[in-house]
Amino acid sequence: MTTLTKADFQSAQETRWCPGCGDYSILAAVQGFMPELGIPPERIVFVTGIGCAGRFSYYMNTYGMHAIHGRAPAIATGLAAARDDLSVWIVSGDGDALSIGAGHLVHALRRNVPVKILLFNNRIYGLTKGQASPTSERGKVTKSTPRGKAEAPLDAISLALGAGATFVARAVDRDKQGLPEVLRAAAEHPGAALVEVLQNCPVFNDGSYEHVVGAEKDANRIPLVHGRPIVFGPEGERCVARAADGTLVVADTASTDEADIVVHDAHRADPGLAFQLAQIGDLARGPVPLGVFRSIDAPAWGEGLVAEARAARERVGDAELDALLQAGDTWTVA
Amino acid sequence: MTLVEKPTASRERVVVRFAGDSGDGMQLAGGRFTSATAEIGNDLATLPDFPAEIRAPTGTLAGVSSFQIHFASRDIATPGDRPDLLVAMNPAALRANVGDLQPGGAIIVNEDAFTKRNLLKAGYESNPLEDDTLSAFQVTRVPMTMLCQRAAEAIDGATSRDAQKARNLFALGLVCWMYDRPIDGTERWLNEKFAGTPVVRDVNLAALRAGYNFGDTNELVGPRVQVAPAEDVPPGVYRNVNGTQALALGLVAASIRSGLNLTFAAYPITPASELLHDLARRADLGVRTVQAEDEIAAAGIALGASYGGGLGVTATSGPGMDLKAETIGLAVMLELPLVVVDVQRAGPSTGMPTKTEQSDLLMALYGRHGEAPLPVVAAATPGHCFDAAFEAARIAIRYRTPVILLSDSFLANSSEPWRVPAAADLPRIDPRFASSPDPDTPFLPYARDEHGARPWALPGTPGAQHQIGGLEKADGVGTISYDPANHARMTELRAAKVAGVAVPDVVVDGDDDAELLVIGWGSTAGAIRAGVRRVRERGRNVARAHLHHLNPLPANLGEVLRRYPRVLMPELNTGQLARVLRAEHLVDVRTYSKVEGRPFQAAELEAAILEAIDA
Ligand code: SF4
Repeated sequence: MTTLTKADFQSAQETRWCPGCGDYSILAAVQGFMPELGIPPERIVFVTGIGCAGRFSYYMNTYGMHAIHGRAPAIATGLAAARDDLSVWIVSGDGDALSIGAGHLVHALRRNVPVKILLFNNRIYGLTKGQASPTSERGKVTKSTPRGKAEAPLDAISLALGAGATFVARAVDRDKQGLPEVLRAAAEHPGAALVEVLQNCPVFNDGSYEHVVGAEKDANRIPLVHGRPIVFGPEGERCVARAADGTLVVADTASTDEADIVVHDAHRADPGLAFQLAQIGDLARGPVPLGVFRSIDAPAWGEGLVAEARAARERVGDAELDALLQAGDTWTVA
Repeated sequence: MTLVEKPTASRERVVVRFAGDSGDGMQLAGGRFTSATAEIGNDLATLPDFPAEIRAPTGTLAGVSSFQIHFASRDIATPGDRPDLLVAMNPAALRANVGDLQPGGAIIVNEDAFTKRNLLKAGYESNPLEDDTLSAFQVTRVPMTMLCQRAAEAIDGATSRDAQKARNLFALGLVCWMYDRPIDGTERWLNEKFAGTPVVRDVNLAALRAGYNFGDTNELVGPRVQVAPAEDVPPGVYRNVNGTQALALGLVAASIRSGLNLTFAAYPITPASELLHDLARRADLGVRTVQAEDEIAAAGIALGASYGGGLGVTATSGPGMDLKAETIGLAVMLELPLVVVDVQRAGPSTGMPTKTEQSDLLMALYGRHGEAPLPVVAAATPGHCFDAAFEAARIAIRYRTPVILLSDSFLANSSEPWRVPAAADLPRIDPRFASSPDPDTPFLPYARDEHGARPWALPGTPGAQHQIGGLEKADGVGTISYDPANHARMTELRAAKVAGVAVPDVVVDGDDDAELLVIGWGSTAGAIRAGVRRVRERGRNVARAHLHHLNPLPANLGEVLRRYPRVLMPELNTGQLARVLRAEHLVDVRTYSKVEGRPFQAAELEAAILEAIDA
């Protein structure tokens, strides 16, 4: 078999996102990393929801279904119920996955359906032209919240952990190194993987992630590496430490006892640490933990059931059907 | 050991209703009586009626559960209008059911249950067994509780509670004697069912035999009524099925005859949940069931499975249909197979969840935004649910379209003898999956075959990668298109495909010069047949037809409707299909409507038809 290249994953359809949209960076990263999987394009499926992110499926030269608002996890679950020989990806946005489709997201995660969910979080409704989304920060002024958004934002990572997700990660659209790394880890995970991608919408929420992509990015990215102490900043001058009362705090590395610096453990069964990490930092201002929060081994949903059904299909014929139809009390009229 | 040979009478048909508290085991008694009746070769139809509350207070009217069976020496069409015999296990059961009884009908009561407390709970101020409340009926008082206790006395380890709980078997034994039904089948069944608990088994067997012998020896009961086996029954292997069982079998049969694994996704809802329970036991036949997080997900999961090359089916009842509408619309646009089963119940909103109605028809036909036509199939009898399910799946696969299959609460729960088809006689359904295109020819996901269906190219097929979705697609190539002329053309192509679904002509039972055509659809088939038969017995010339395909309608329907001076359509709604037929064919179709949560009775249709003829 010839080796695959990025071009093998690029469809002929013209991309229609606004110029400068973070979605372009994510698309390039996905198309660029896909050849590494060694899976031919026809065995990959993208199921997407509604919103700017929903267009993603049209731009991949794989199988794709641009579904309905919020329902991609349900449809992908059905695909996974019928097939075990495909790599199934969901692309969704913050409105799609966390508002109208939040219920489906939660259940796909708690079932551990073998799908990879990319949640593009631009903290705004883009396609409908600029309303507040569930992840918009409190006080955000938008067309639908002229006096500032009154509600607290919803955190995708915390929600996923609460749903019992077995793989939870976060990356940034323009992070050319970090994003593919996280995608790779997600692809290798056998169950449901949720990847939140912080994505800039230059039209309706420009600069919302400037702190993690601009000049200050090193000060604002908290890299989570399994087994490593969590330190960050250009010189590693800051860290995540455990305070005396058990909470996690951002501290100066120099003035913190080494033993108090938290060592990341993405593989522990207890999601407590991952949840605490999700709570530190500030998505809207930084610093922001990035990388894999949690990745644990757990049986994927319906493991073996597709194979069982396939075996039944090959085995079962008219004789078995006749036996089923004539089961129970029967009588014969001559 | 018959002491005195009792007189016997013979009847063409009989309706029996077992009624008791929901804990009294009436469904079980009815089910076993049905098996015994099927065994002697009567035609039959049954209808259970359960309380809406799961645990209604014992002894109250709300807690009454009943089971009705109609059996005859000729073919019958309905579970019967009015019982000839009512078995009432307590005062509440008597009170809730006595109004339905045939004048002069027979009542058997468990007189031990007519205590002061139970009478009060049922709302009786005085004991109806002791005043003249029941003077129009022949009442037989049987101390069933006491007789069960006595029957259990000889059994080691039997408690008085065991004996109490066997009252339903006593009643069953007695009614079996009265109508000359064998009890050995029930004995075998008890032996099997309670093999692990010999005391319970023996108490039940003793109660069953005590009931049977009570009929034989007690002069209160009699005469014995015989109903001869039905004649003119087509030869074959038969079993008794309710609509739920038949529908599930039809889906499995379509799965096996198409070679597609069935993925059935549903969210619990009354009365459709029974389908999920039934199919959940068929994993050995390649069936995958998913209990979804909600109705929307259930539809999405079924559609996702179809996308992957399975037979995706979802089932629900009224309120769930509202929620599935968006996904059904997507399936219209994607042009993928999907079967949506709607076991209709009385609405709107939660309505009367355990009661029947045909009021989702217009929603099935039109309940989506945009121009979104799809085929609609309706099941007519419990057994016909098998054919309707098979047909819905066949159309969905053949034409790559969502199909709505309408059943209802009455069909789901009622049962009839069903001639079991041979698997090999069922048509093969060829899914005709698309294969890889030549390397130099582009794959056209919206090309169309002779039926207007597009290719079903499964993920995994090399070279046929394509992207589908809810956005309008360009004819043939399938890319996103906002072109006005293309949208008009695609709208037309989707409609033409559905309009072109091959549907058999409607068959008329009756003469071309009949005074009136009675036309129906769905579960009213039996009642209409019985009503028409009664009118004909009065010498009137009435024709009858029944629709199984509601979209598209049979091609000869307009001609059939215009053939008769009068057309009457009985529906368990306010006239939904009549409205469609009037619009489609400009024929003055009159409605006979009922929305009481209950099926039609033969007698009311007889009256309605007579009135319509002379109107
Ligand atoms: S509206 Fe925002 S998110 Fe949508 S395409 Fe334009 S820039 Fe991207």
